[in-house]
Amino acid sequence: MLLALAALPAAAVAMAEGTLSPQRQKALVHLVRQDCGSCHGMTLKGGLGKPLLPENLADRDAETLAEIILDGIPDTPMPPWRSQLTQEEALWIARRLKEGFPHETP
Amino acid sequence: MKRREFVRSLGVVPALLAGAATSGRAAAEKTGEASSQTAESACACRGTGDLGLVIERATGSVLIVEHTKGSILARIEGLGDLSHASAVFSRDERYAFVFGRDGGLTKIDLLTAEVKKRIIQSGNAIGGAISDDGKLIAVSNYKPGGVRVFDAETLKPVADIPATYRGGRSKVVGLVDAPGRRFLFALYDAGEIWMADFSGKAPEVVRIGPAGRYPYDGLIAQGGRIYIAGLFGEDGMALVDLWQEPLQVKRILKDYGKGEKKLPVYKMPHLEGWTEAAGHFFFPAVGRHEVLVMDGRSFKLVDKIPVHSQPVFVMARPDGRHVWVNFAHPDNDTVQIIDVVKRKVIHTFKPGRAVLHMEFTPRGERVWLSVRDANRIDIHDAHTFTKVGELPARAPSGIFFTVRAHKIGL
Repeated sequence: MLLALAALPAAAVAMAEGTLSPQRQKALVHLVRQDCGSCHGMTLKGGLGKPLLPENLADRDAETLAEIILDGIPDTPMPPWRSQLTQEEALWIARRLKEGFPHETP
Repeated sequence: MKRREFVRSLGVVPALLAGAATSGRAAAEKTGEASSQTAESACACRGTGDLGLVIERATGSVLIVEHTKGSILARIEGLGDLSHASAVFSRDERYAFVFGRDGGLTKIDLLTAEVKKRIIQSGNAIGGAISDDGKLIAVSNYKPGGVRVFDAETLKPVADIPATYRGGRSKVVGLVDAPGRRFLFALYDAGEIWMADFSGKAPEVVRIGPAGRYPYDGLIAQGGRIYIAGLFGEDGMALVDLWQEPLQVKRILKDYGKGEKKLPVYKMPHLEGWTEAAGHFFFPAVGRHEVLVMDGRSFKLVDKIPVHSQPVFVMARPDGRHVWVNFAHPDNDTVQIIDVVKRKVIHTFKPGRAVLHMEFTPRGERVWLSVRDANRIDIHDAHTFTKVGELPARAPSGIFFTVRAHKIGL
């Protein structure tokens, strides 16, 4: 499924992302900044978990990152988020991380 | 001088305070110097035993609060990245030392609501401790991994202890003070427990021994006699008895949970607040919906109490009769209270999304809860569990009352 998604043309992925409502996007930004932030740092500069700034993620594509988000990394504290995020949402997060993650708006 | 805001302690009922705080802040901004004079004269002659700090993690600010009436005294801004920030207090309970995620170490005067001193001591830090004589501040660092120690008066560097292992540097967790001008800490990547001893002329670093895989936090208990590190990477915990010579690490609860599959952990549990209640330790299980109960003498598991979700903080009321528990994302809207005699949950309630921390008043008649996503501190009667007040705060996380100044390991 992931491979299939990765193979989709850019336009199709853009469309898929477009289905996330602004409210859901806001909730995802909150989740990453606050809850992922408890290990990776609220500014994503790292903590117990690795830093997640664009320069730290340059050598991995968004699809691979989405896979890590969904499945976690066995034998490390990185948990699988599949029960709470869809593939589309994980990919949205991965792409935003690679380009510089948005800040929360009040 | 750091920008600061002052809200007069009005002694109003907490429900009114939301409005009072906002208008107070606006007034302070308008009148500037005049209000800061008010701040100093209003604060000059009061005790500090009922003061505390609330971390506002997203805005790099802290609130100075008092828990006699339950009010906000001031907000101090400009403290950097305060995600996972914590604080310790000077023995006179006048100064707070705030440890920020970005390596910031800030000394705050609680009476004048001013930043006395602020340094960036590393790239990435996770908390700290104050020595038993109140003279040394130790900070545990992720990057570069190790412990840095500073003079509590001046924040000038005293010692740098790189946590080196196999050529690399380990992140340091679970840093606590121990009696005799010592600090204990665990090396997350290296899986070891170390001690830094400042009792002599020159500091001495002792590698006590291997702890196990991925120690995630540590605490000191039984009046400073034992240090326990929790392990993320394997079952069991690591224990050091400081009354035994030579110091060594013993593994306890080794067989607990063997063969059982752990759930994904969305938030690392904390061990701070562990208290021996009724001769037993109550502490969070990792990756399980359980609070564990361990015998305080034999260190054997005596019970597992089923709870709402994965516990983060398991904190005993100062008298030890009840234990309050909060939970990991996505179940962090709930708090449960355990009766330590019945060893059962006796009360469950939902303050709101993201209850991150709980702090009891010194003798435990009240408990303050930070409800991050509601931008609120809730104050509860710790005996009837009824909510008795609330205070506005921006995305609050840790709450630290000055009573910690006189507790070993806090």
